Amino acid sequence: MGSSDSDDLFEVIGPDGSADPALDPGLPQGTLLAMLRAMRRIRAIDARMMMLQRQGRVSFYGECRGQEATPVAFAFATELTDWIFPALREGAIMLVRGFGLDSYLAQVYGNDLDELRGRQMPSHYASRSVAQVSWSSCIGTQVPHAVGAAWAAKLRGDRTVTVGFMGDGATSEADFHVAMNFAAVYRAPCVLCCQNNHWSISVPSDRQTASSTFAKKAVAYGMPGIRVNGNDVLALFRVASEAVERARSGGGPTFIEAFTYRMGAHSSSDDPSRYRDQRDVDEWARRDPVAVFERYLTAKGLWDAERGAALGAELDAEVLEAVRRVESHGPPAVLTMFDDVYAERPWHLEEQRQQIQNEDQRGEDG
Amino acid sequence: MAVMNIIQAVNDALRLEMRRDPSVLVMGEDVGKFGGVFRATVGLYDEFGPDRSIDTPLSEGGIIGTAIGMATYGLRPVAEIQFADYIFPAFDQIVNELAKLRYRSGGQYTAPMVIRAPCGGGIRGGHYHSQSPEAYFIHTAGLKVVMPSSPADAKGLLISSIRDPDPVVFFEPKRVYRGRPVEGRITPWDQDVPEGEHTVPLGEAALLREGRHVTLATYGAMVHESVEAARLVAKEGLEVEVIDLRTLWPVDVEALVGSVKKTGRFVVVHEAPRTCGFAAELVTLVSEKAFLHLEAPPARVTGWDTPFPCTLENDYMPMTPRIVDALRRTARF
Ligand SMILES: Cc1ncc(C[n+]2csc(CCOP(=O)(O)OP(=O)(O)O)c2C)c(N)n1
Repeated sequence: MGSSDSDDLFEVIGPDGSADPALDPGLPQGTLLAMLRAMRRIRAIDARMMMLQRQGRVSFYGECRGQEATPVAFAFATELTDWIFPALREGAIMLVRGFGLDSYLAQVYGNDLDELRGRQMPSHYASRSVAQVSWSSCIGTQVPHAVGAAWAAKLRGDRTVTVGFMGDGATSEADFHVAMNFAAVYRAPCVLCCQNNHWSISVPSDRQTASSTFAKKAVAYGMPGIRVNGNDVLALFRVASEAVERARSGGGPTFIEAFTYRMGAHSSSDDPSRYRDQRDVDEWARRDPVAVFERYLTAKGLWDAERGAALGAELDAEVLEAVRRVESHGPPAVLTMFDDVYAERPWHLEEQRQQIQNEDQRGEDG
Repeated sequence: MAVMNIIQAVNDALRLEMRRDPSVLVMGEDVGKFGGVFRATVGLYDEFGPDRSIDTPLSEGGIIGTAIGMATYGLRPVAEIQFADYIFPAFDQIVNELAKLRYRSGGQYTAPMVIRAPCGGGIRGGHYHSQSPEAYFIHTAGLKVVMPSSPADAKGLLISSIRDPDPVVFFEPKRVYRGRPVEGRITPWDQDVPEGEHTVPLGEAALLREGRHVTLATYGAMVHESVEAARLVAKEGLEVEVIDLRTLWPVDVEALVGSVKKTGRFVVVHEAPRTCGFAAELVTLVSEKAFLHLEAPPARVTGWDTPFPCTLENDYMPMTPRIVDALRRTARF
């Protein structure tokens, strides 16, 4: 492990695409290419969804452009039985874990194909089938859940590990501190990963903490804190794998700060030109995690512009076709609104459901 | 007079109060440099600087907890909670600390401050950008709770809230921030708002429409759905008296009881869920104080007792057709 001091930044891929052989995790070619494909697929989806949002076909969208390396690295570093607690930028982990694209996009549309039944805003993906737990929108609340689930797995003697994600802003919420403390006190088999993308909407990360790094916070709670280049998928993979392994083998939790940058707006509702300098964005664009990884693969002789263009065209076509199928679905049936409030509908919800049914009938009669 | 929408009216109120009283400041997530995600604090950073237009870390408990300390010490913070749905991390500070400080210190310590929070649905925001949590705060002794429905009231009520000696939770119905619904479409506000000093006293409801058949009490965004419903049933000869409560607590009980004594029929409309919603309290008050005048069971037209759904939000909220239905049933009873 190249990094133990929480102020250091652990990196594998250099600016020219070369990698220190001592640090390179040495993944097989197939895995490397699958990682790239996963990153580019997320980017293709984000680009299409942002476009559809601007056209008014999608109500809202939160893209993760520039931050694709973290979800992909964790998807590859975990097993399918490990539980994922995402925040806004990591929802796509489930795609990498095999969840179908149509159902995934249906969540954005909230239509009758959506497993979440149109209940949640777009970009709030979850599915039990891939052990990705439902995220609310409330910043930081999922972090103690990740700890509790890990703790439960430990109490049950399961080998499951959980991963809880958050943004840098989330570290200001009480839930973050509670989670860190419980995780360390009970040596919960979890990995808590903060994507420090420098912004919480318009507030810069130096307004979230006066610490020199976020990773450092782990020290006071009594667990390893590792700061890793969040635009370097191999560095992330290595750090994540080691943390997952530590958790699985009884070594307790790890806190990871993925140092990255939010290339896009906070969400489709935001206009970052009001509060940040385009020069910073341009500077970070040179460290684009997809481009960095492609340089690495190119240096290894595994990639070139031609293959890049072909992959782009293939992914665009895949997304476009999926969008076409998903858009053919309508909203969930109105009466589904009363399902899932409780395991069984109590009398008052039966009554309210009946009322809306009567209204509908009256509406149809005239 | 100037035409303003609710955001501009809130902004105007904040600016005027900050000019008038150097102890007034605004604080919250994205409120400083950026001017707030809804732009309610725009320009305050430039005029009053970073010490009075404060970008805080992302922590509602921190915002409210420290604002309580500031207010106790003598400042007048106006704390913004970015969405009312995110007030809950601060719930402990509001309910156990802010609301009870005056009482538990025998009146020696107080924390006069305002908590502003955009509330309500209609923006396709799903569970966590749509809730109407006013009942929790009305239920809590020691807090005043306000929700305007128009730009002029937003300005006048906010100024009164800032000057009030007690803590005020000030909910802003975000669906009508920039316009009001006209035949189902949000149409830009064209209401004149008094420039300069303009206050609307807390505790006074507004009579929006006179009528002798049914009293309809409502507040916030549902005022507009209710006025529309009243207009529609007027064509059938049903005259509805529409009362915009404006201050939810302490409520203008005289306005309500006086009206129900005249009409004998009472309908409450709110967006929040029904069970233990504010309507339950209003119906009880009216039943206690005007029982012998009632000619029909009071009716509640509210959001359903489910979490606020995303796609089906227009089926969730008590929109005009559902209000019309309740008015007719109550009138015919
Ligand atoms: C409890 C809570 N408060 C406020 C918000 C509004 N809000 C949504 S995202 C956001 C910033 C989040 O920043 P960060 O945690 O750094 O994550 P990022 O979006 O940058 O990935 C805020 C303030 C919220 N969703 N939840």
